[in-house]
Amino acid sequence: MPEVLKAPLVVEFPFTRSLGPVQSAFLTGLRARVVLGVRTGDGRVLVPPVEYDPVTAEEIRDLTEVAPTGTVTTWAWNHAPRRGQPLTTPFAWVLVRLDGADTALLHALDAPGPDAVHTGMRVRVRWAEQRTGAITDIACFEPYDGDPAGTAGHTGAFEDPVTGIVAPARLDYTYAPGRAQTAYLDALSGRRTVGERCPECRKVYIPPRGACPTCGVATSEQVEVGPRGTVTTFCVVNIKAKNLDIEVPYVYAHIALDGAGLALHGRIGGIPYDEVRMGLRVEPVWTESARHPDHYRPTGEPDADYDTYKELL
Amino acid sequence: MSKEPVAVVGIGQTRHVAARRDVSIAGLVREAARRALEDAALTWADIDAVVIGKAPDFFEGVMMPELYLADALGAVGKPLLRVHTAGSVGGSTALVAANLVAARVHATVLTLAFEKQSESNAMWGLSLPIPFQQPLLAGAGGFFAPHIRAYMRRSGAPETIGALVAYKDRRNALKNPYAHLHEHDITLEKVMASPMLWDPVRYSETCPSSDGACAMVLTDRAGAARAPRPPAWMLGGAMRSEPTLFAGKDFVSPQAGRDCAADVYRQAGVTDPRREIDGAEIYVPFSWYEPMWLENLGFADPGEGWKLTEAGVTELDGDLPVNMSGGVLSTNPIGASGMIRFAEAALQVRGQAGEHQVEGARRVLGHAYGGGSQFFSMWLVGARPPDS
Repeated sequence: MPEVLKAPLVVEFPFTRSLGPVQSAFLTGLRARVVLGVRTGDGRVLVPPVEYDPVTAEEIRDLTEVAPTGTVTTWAWNHAPRRGQPLTTPFAWVLVRLDGADTALLHALDAPGPDAVHTGMRVRVRWAEQRTGAITDIACFEPYDGDPAGTAGHTGAFEDPVTGIVAPARLDYTYAPGRAQTAYLDALSGRRTVGERCPECRKVYIPPRGACPTCGVATSEQVEVGPRGTVTTFCVVNIKAKNLDIEVPYVYAHIALDGAGLALHGRIGGIPYDEVRMGLRVEPVWTESARHPDHYRPTGEPDADYDTYKELL
Repeated sequence: MSKEPVAVVGIGQTRHVAARRDVSIAGLVREAARRALEDAALTWADIDAVVIGKAPDFFEGVMMPELYLADALGAVGKPLLRVHTAGSVGGSTALVAANLVAARVHATVLTLAFEKQSESNAMWGLSLPIPFQQPLLAGAGGFFAPHIRAYMRRSGAPETIGALVAYKDRRNALKNPYAHLHEHDITLEKVMASPMLWDPVRYSETCPSSDGACAMVLTDRAGAARAPRPPAWMLGGAMRSEPTLFAGKDFVSPQAGRDCAADVYRQAGVTDPRREIDGAEIYVPFSWYEPMWLENLGFADPGEGWKLTEAGVTELDGDLPVNMSGGVLSTNPIGASGMIRFAEAALQVRGQAGEHQVEGARRVLGHAYGGGSQFFSMWLVGARPPDS
């Protein structure tokens, strides 16, 4: 059996966020070096602020400024910072209760080592030089041995408030398609399409998944299908997808390879798109470097009778 | 012990639009929840549990939004659950909430579903670059278009049916202030002339991308007795699933959908849905799914659904109106779309549907589906409680 394939899969997207009134004031405040909390019905000040009272569920909008100085309530040392974290050198993740606040804010503390960090230590905000209205406007916290800093009593009304942010998200996976798909891909490299037959319903799965989803049993019997097949149904794609290098219009078809228990999906070429039809007999067209057939083209055989493929729709 | 009857006593929606840049996700869900509470004349303290749903996390990139929404939905100190079933999630979320009441676990449950599509990209979320696979397609339209062609072939339906559905739903939306699309100058000719995106699916036969939320307050008999407005009663509710792809799958009329409908009708004592049901809010993201689901749901024999559409039976003044609200074709905040169907069905039997009210609607079906036609959720609601 060939070694199971693996490949990196990076999922990343710049999501946008509308902030609403409270987060808008909070982030606009950071841009102006002002930290804002929100006052709850029972008189506590929450930093970072929220839109709804966690006790009464009422809408809360009473913004109040707190000091850029505070006390570490707990912490954890980060030995190996990763991509996108606040500091590139080892640092402490800290919860900081700012002077004037009743809750703590999560951020990074720049400290020489874990021995220099303790619960109860005093810290202050180190502001980023370039501030845009984002949590990163606080570059990090740093040790501080003074009294609570004063505030100007800001109430959260700003000119030109920040109303939205971009929140880039990225996930790094190692993708492994598994034993059955690996065998399938390995056979494709020899230009053979090999599926697996279910020992109970006898249907041949292309591509194989190692188990029959209807019978719930493992599949292992290898069965070569095709190379020819029948277009069971299709659509004509007229809009170009950003991530696809395929000229439009093109035909995206379901193709039942001869001997397969269900259709696979492929592009049809070698025929004008408006002449493609259900029942068209096709065969794969391979290119040098590609793992999959580039597309399928007509074989020139007469069209398949509808009754021969209607169960495969 | 028999089940507790479940009543819908509060319904709230946001005005669905392309982008709600004025509110956070919390602010958006809050609006719908507040309206549902106001409709029921209840406060946050009257709610025993909260059940929410939305489309897959990649659609907005907020992992586990239920954590962040607990305070906005007054769930602090209460059970808060989230349901995941792709596009059908709005329906299954409502059913999970309803089952909590039916089982007498909780007396009054707030259920809510939402999507802020403007902050995301569903087409991207559905087309991740999986290694070793051949990228061929992006988004849902290309996925469903071949199945529509299969339906056209199997039923022999004339090519104009899809356009008739879109023209009807977009006109119905003009009577629904909460609908996203209000195309006042819509004509059948304009629908027919709109570009083919994924032939046979035209632009005007495709759902929009919306920001919106929908909420309902579900309660027991005692709660219904206190409600200020007439409740809608759940007469039957069911969910069914099947794999996305398997040998023998019928994409045109999936077994799971047929089984789900049969279960709902059995619970409600319905033997002839075409005659006993007064209207339906059916999940139709691409126009041709109206006739396809009419057959799957037993309103028409296989291959005959398009005849109901063609004859005007599914028009607002027909004898089986479908998507009186304008449907998914006019409003599609994905995660909320299923719940909007369920809520609109309830509005009809409560007589609260305003300009798109079907006179005398007694029993109305709400339907949702999701994934590659693999998840189905439905309820039938009535103006009178079950067994009365």
